[in-house]
This record gives sequence, structure tokens and C-alpha cells, in this order.
Amino acid sequence: MEVSTKPILTEDLDVKPSQGKTSVLKALRNNKVAYGSFWFLVVIHAVVFLGPLFWTTDPDTLQDAGSLASWSLQHPFGTDDLSRDVFARMLHGGRVTLIVGLAAMLFSLLIGTVVGACAGFFGKVVESILMRITEAMMAIPTFFFILVALTVLGTSPAMVILVIALAGWMEIARVVYGETLKWKEYEFVEAANASGATPFRILTKYIIPQIVPSIIVSGTLTIAAAILTESAISYLGLGIQAPTATWGNMLQNSQQYIWTAPVLGVLPGVAITIVVLAYNFLGDGLRDALDPKFVKK
Amino acid sequence: MLRFLMNRLGQSIILLLIVTIITFFLINLAPGGPSSTMRMDATAEERQAMVEKLGLDEPVMVRYIEWIGNAFQGDLGTSFNSGEPVTQRILERLPYTIELTIFTILISVILGIFLGVLSAIKRGKAQDHVINFFSVVGLSVPAFWLGLMLILLFSINLGWLPSSGVGSRGEEFSLWGYVSHLILPVLILTTTVLPNIVRFTRSSMLEVISQNYIRTARAKGAKESIVLYVHALRNALIPIITIIGMLIPRLLSGAVITEAIFGWTGIGTLIIEAARGRDYPLVMGVTVVITIVVVVCNLLVDLLYSRVDPRVKNV
Repeated sequence: MEVSTKPILTEDLDVKPSQGKTSVLKALRNNKVAYGSFWFLVVIHAVVFLGPLFWTTDPDTLQDAGSLASWSLQHPFGTDDLSRDVFARMLHGGRVTLIVGLAAMLFSLLIGTVVGACAGFFGKVVESILMRITEAMMAIPTFFFILVALTVLGTSPAMVILVIALAGWMEIARVVYGETLKWKEYEFVEAANASGATPFRILTKYIIPQIVPSIIVSGTLTIAAAILTESAISYLGLGIQAPTATWGNMLQNSQQYIWTAPVLGVLPGVAITIVVLAYNFLGDGLRDALDPKFVKK
Repeated sequence: MLRFLMNRLGQSIILLLIVTIITFFLINLAPGGPSSTMRMDATAEERQAMVEKLGLDEPVMVRYIEWIGNAFQGDLGTSFNSGEPVTQRILERLPYTIELTIFTILISVILGIFLGVLSAIKRGKAQDHVINFFSVVGLSVPAFWLGLMLILLFSINLGWLPSSGVGSRGEEFSLWGYVSHLILPVLILTTTVLPNIVRFTRSSMLEVISQNYIRTARAKGAKESIVLYVHALRNALIPIITIIGMLIPRLLSGAVITEAIFGWTGIGTLIIEAARGRDYPLVMGVTVVITIVVVVCNLLVDLLYSRVDPRVKNV
């Protein structure tokens, strides 16, 4: 996670970019909440992705313990309404939820970066068209379109990821756009331009590397939003469908048993909340750590 | 000023057209489109009759132009499932959503500005940390889960508040019946926008406080409370108007979930019914009406903004 900042002339800048190599993690260390969130997320991802290797109970197999059994050694979180092991479903559901979040984020990041960088770099007509589209997308309640799109296009995991990503790239585009405008004025970009580098090369070699910190911040916050969106569409029954477990559809499913087996509803809800919370804390912490305005003088 | 508004109005109309085009083509060209919505047991003749009745045998472009022509005259078509005019169904439901969102905006703005200013003034102190912490929590909790937990607590455990419905309307109107049904939905919807307002107010306020004229005000010996509330807050409030405009789409998206949790018969539950029932004219209609609402709100925000900030007039 090393972010290198190219040495640039700093005399005429009102903000001083961080010197030499700044490790994102090192920058985070001062912010205990964000630092803690980072390690918490590492642990959660390890548990969810590696856990099923050790906890080999199948999430879709009916267990002998019967339905809605309370916790025991065989079933640490008990069983659900169809007598499936809740712990296994939490692990596998977590996998799906986190993958949806990560994949949607990566896709949003791709769209947002391309749109923002092109708009900022090329200016003129390209800028007008791309940024007007971005603003228009920000001005409409995207959730309605998510519902409409999933209704007609179906609810396969790939479609869910695609639709969430298409509804969530605008903020990233705006951030990248602003940064591109700023960086393209620097001498090293002008020098590259003068030496005949293609726009593609200038963007990918000179400008986008400078924006990486901002992209990391946006990406972190986008994962949080994507996980929440996934759970919301699952709640409405338009998300990834059973029997594939996700934290969102486990939550939806648990509603009718909230009295007899409250743990079924509490577990996925708590899991979603703390993961999203950690991503938000991490994103906020990263933004503060990387924002020159907040750097201690 | 007039030019600025005309410009914005033009942009809004273009936005509206683009939204209708995307939605219409998405619905009509997707494999799960209108022709797939007929009952499974429909015979071939029934299908044919349905296709002709709905005009589905014509090219999409022709249908779109027909649809938009009717839409401009206030006719959004007929609901597949209920057979009622779409416009009528939407107008029945819209007031409930407007009611819910207006209460939410009022509470969020008042509380949000108060907490944001407090947080900025007490920067780095305990109050700031607590407010900041709860803002992030508010942004991170899935609204429907929080709703579920609140229903468990207040409706089922304590029995204080109703878990669903819009309260007594019409003849046997009672104030408590009305208010009690609003409390939980407004509370949930508030959590979806309040954190944004708090955080935005905080940063806006901090930005203003660091300006030179605030230092001047302090230097000339003005009381700290006057500096904060007269000099700083007035200018910090200007950008907050924009964020409120930007939050309206978010608010309406949040309303879908909130209405679903509490069985609130607004436009959010209407689009869910429409989507589940694959009632395409209704889906189309709701999307358009919601976009119009947002566009109108944005125009109002722009208008308000240009009234408050004299610099905008020259744009």
C-alpha cells in the first residue's frame, strides 16, 4: 500500500505535498479509530474468506438439530428456520456480501476514474458532457432506478454488482475530476506534454498516480455504501436470491422469526453495521490523514 | 438572474427527458420486459390480444413518442394490474411521501445545523467526538434493520408506538393517532440524512471560522457568541442550502425503505408494488413523477441560493 508522491516544485504551492514516500498505513497510525478499523477489517475478511476452510459445515445442508435450534457446540449460532447452520451461513453470506461490496466498488472506481480524469484532462466538450451526466446522475434518486433495473434485468450476483456500481460512481468522478484539474497544471505534466507523451500516457503515468490517495479514500467509502445498498435491495427481495446466503437476505429472511429467534435478525444486522462502520471510519481517517489541510504544522 | 433560472429550467427539462428515455428503453428492451408480464397460463390468443391492446406490437421508438406526448398532457397510461390511471394512483400516494419527507427535512435541518455548529465550536473536544461518532454510526446502520429493532423495542416490547400504517385519517382523526404513526418512520428517515447535514455544517462552519474576517471580528473585541452566531453562522449557512438540495434524492431513496418497513402508503411502497407486480406503466410513471419532484426541489434550492448569496446573481 505504498503511495509515492513524485518530487515536485513546492515553492509556489499553498499546500505542501507530503515528502518522499508516505505509507498510507503510517499516515493512519495517528488516528486510533481508523487504525483499529483497518485491522478489524483485515480480521473480518480473514475470518469470512478463510473461515469456511476450517468450519466445513455446509451452509445449505439441513442439520439434525432441527429448525431454530439455539446455540451449541455443533452450531455456535444455532440453526435457522430451515435448520441450516447459522454460523456457516454467516461465513458464506459474508463472503458474498463483501465480494459484492468490493466488486461494485472496483467497478464504480473504474467508471468514476475514467469519467473524472477524461473530463478534467480534456476539458471543453468532453468535460461538459461527462460532468453534466455526472451531475444529472447525482440529482436523481438512484435507488428507484436500482429497483427498476433489477426488476427487468434479473437479480443474479453479477447484475446486482453491476447495478450497484452504475448507481455509485458519481462521487468518485467528481473527486477525480477536481484532482485532475489541479494536477494537470503542474510543470511535470506540462513537461511530459511538451515531450510528446500521449494523453493516455500522461493520465496513467503522471496524473492518476497523484490521485491514488483520493481514490483510495473514495473507494473505501464506496464499499461501505455498496454493502448498505446490497442489504437494502435484499431487504426488498430484489437482491441476490436464496438459497445463496448474503447478510442482506439473511436479515430479510429473519424478520418473521424475530420473536422466536431474535439472534437470526440481530447477527447479520450487527455484522453489516460493524463492517460498514469500520469502512466509514477507515475512509474518514484516511481522508484526514492524506488531506494536506489536516496535516499538523 | 432570469437567465440563470431559464438556464437551470432548460437543464432540468433535458434531465427529465433523459431519465424517461433511459427508463422507457430499459423497461421495453430488457428480456423481462412488458411482453413477459402476462399470466403464465395465458393462451396464445390472449397474449396476442394483450400485445395489441397495449400497443406492444409497435416499434419502441413510436411507443416512446406516444407515451411522452401523453405524459405532457398528464396522462401516464393505465396500470397493468389495477386498471386505474397511473396518474391517479400516484397522486393518491404522493401526499403521504411528501408529508413524511417534509417532517424529516424540518427535523434534520434544525437538529443537523445545531449539532454541526456545536461540533465545530467544540472542535476536538468530547462533544465533537461524540457527535462525529454518532454521525458515522448513523451513516453505517442499515435503515431497515434499525427500523426493525425500533419496532421490536417500541411497538412489541413497550407497546408505545404502532408498528405500521399511516394513522387515523379522515373522520376519526386524533392527534396522537396521527403523530404516533409518524414518529418511527420520521426517525428512521432522519437517520439517513441527518449525519450528512451535521458533517457538512461542521466543515462549513470550520471553514468560515478560519477566515480573516472572523479574526478581524475577534480582534476588534466582539463577543465570541456574536462572532460565532452573527458573523460565522450566517455565511456558513449558505452552502448548507446546497447540501439540502443534494440530499433530496437521497431522502426519496431512503423513503422507499422507510415506507416498506412501516407500511407507509406513499410513493415508495407504490414503486415496490409496481416493481414486484411488473406493472410497467406504473413503474414508468413513478420514476417520472419522482424525477419531477427532485427537479422542482432543485430549482427551488437554486432560487433560494441566489436570494441568499448575492454573488450568484451575476452568473
